[in-house]
Amino acid sequence: MKNAPALLSHGTRSLIALLALGWTLLLGAADQDYGLAPQPIADNTWVLVGRSEDFSFTNGGNIVNAAFIVTRDGVVVIDSGPSLAYGQQLRRAIARITDQPVKWVINTHHHPDHFLGNQAFDAATLAALPGTIKGIQSEGGAFNENMFRLAGDWMAGTEPVAPGRALAAGPLEIGGHHLELIALDGHTEADLVILDRTTGVLFAGDLVFHDRAPTTPHADIARWQASLSQLGKLSFKTLVPGHGPVSAGPAPIRQTSAWLAWLDNTLRQAADNGLDMTEVLALPMAPEFRKLAISQAEYHRSVGHLYPAYELKALSGGRRGK
Amino acid sequence: MKMFRTLAALAMLLAGNLALGAPKAKPAGDPLDSPRWTDMRKEMFPAKARVVFDDRVKVTAPLTAENPMNVPVSVDASALTDVREVLVFADFNPIVRIVRFEPQGAHPGLGFRIKLQQSTPVRAAVRTGDGTWRIGGTWVNTTGGGCTLPSAGSSSPEWQKRLGEVSSRVWERKEGGERIRLRVIHPIDTGLAPGIPAFFLQELNLADQTGRPLMHVEGYEPLAENPVFTLDIPAERASAAYRVSGRDNNGNTLSAEVDK
Ligand SMILES: [Zn+2]
Repeated sequence: MKNAPALLSHGTRSLIALLALGWTLLLGAADQDYGLAPQPIADNTWVLVGRSEDFSFTNGGNIVNAAFIVTRDGVVVIDSGPSLAYGQQLRRAIARITDQPVKWVINTHHHPDHFLGNQAFDAATLAALPGTIKGIQSEGGAFNENMFRLAGDWMAGTEPVAPGRALAAGPLEIGGHHLELIALDGHTEADLVILDRTTGVLFAGDLVFHDRAPTTPHADIARWQASLSQLGKLSFKTLVPGHGPVSAGPAPIRQTSAWLAWLDNTLRQAADNGLDMTEVLALPMAPEFRKLAISQAEYHRSVGHLYPAYELKALSGGRRGK
Repeated sequence: MKMFRTLAALAMLLAGNLALGAPKAKPAGDPLDSPRWTDMRKEMFPAKARVVFDDRVKVTAPLTAENPMNVPVSVDASALTDVREVLVFADFNPIVRIVRFEPQGAHPGLGFRIKLQQSTPVRAAVRTGDGTWRIGGTWVNTTGGGCTLPSAGSSSPEWQKRLGEVSSRVWERKEGGERIRLRVIHPIDTGLAPGIPAFFLQELNLADQTGRPLMHVEGYEPLAENPVFTLDIPAERASAAYRVSGRDNNGNTLSAEVDK
């Protein structure tokens, strides 16, 4: 068989090449393992903590916290992750823990890392606030395309799926868990917070970031701060932020609020002092925020999102004419 | 032979620099390593013009532009003397020219916003009184994304009523002189989107109270919608009031007082 390769026809060689390519693709797919490891944080409650990073080809978009509650009437999933693959792996991770079927998949808001895993679940289980459903319907396609650019192959096959079930604020009892659905806004136009009164866990969505600088593409800082002061009044034992480690107390609420206050002050002063946007980008980061993950990058993004509005306000105070 | 010519060229360049007393000017080799530089050199400058790279021409822009429709750029050529005109362009933009300005009495610098199609060098070419073009620049990468996506654009029909309206404000500068910031309401369409013709701010002039010119700006399609300009006036040209005038490529004119 030494000379075998020379005896192979051109067609056979092409076939072998094709098989080899197929194998490489399979291996590639197998490599796309988020390594999801649910951590128990309270009775029947698990969290999958994402990395405190920006979206990348390395993390496949797993920068977000997803969670699930196992009740006697099925599993409640809170946020479905950044991709179809994440959603599928989340389902498998849940199935390793319980035989209960997933009955609810709730999206806290319409950002892609919180809903692009929806596709992996039964469409009838998907639920969100009306504002979130509308946001996914109008912006989901663009978010998805953008995630392909930022996370590459991890996104294979992912399509945005908007929930069909609209949630309203108020109490919701599922399988013995007394949930309180709290409809707020500020991070986006619709931010859902879920307080599980049975376990004392507060699922804060992206209204709260922990040791990771907040993102602001759809932010209204004043409304966000008002939402945070509402959260500060709740009593709970465990806080699950949208991004960053789970906390035993309300400290991440204050941390997020302090960041937003600093951002707001910095941008308002800059606009009142006539700074050009490039000068605002070059301003130093307040020392207390330098320890937050990717604070410099998020500050730069926030200047891009928010400074034009501050600028407009500062200039409108001046002379307007035609 | 080739080596000898290179050495000779190098010697001449060094001599040239010494004679000019401008040790920072790098006459050859694009510091931004752009594959488009040779084309840019041909397209933007006369063959016989002296074109050099010069660190004293500062172009500031974010390394990564969050919103490619609204990328802040500022140009500062105040380390040079006798600046006659400044041409700003982006090698990889479908429309390369962005803005051209003549700092007739203002500081030789300008802040503005641009639209970028893809990652590209953004450059400022400064023509000084000796006819030399001095070039500075920086790469800008454009991405966006997810929680990091740009804000949803405000595609409001409001501009039709307010076209050419100017918001402005004047600040005293710690360094002396004054800073003026202007925002002009204008959609600035590139003409590259199907069915929407090019519609852009072609000219903007700033003069002092007596009408003496301070800055002449020529805009091209890649300026951002509702552009904001930042410019500085040296103490000796500060004025009790300023006047802005301008027009777009459709002949709409604008005129506004900038008083304090
Ligand atoms: Zn978010």
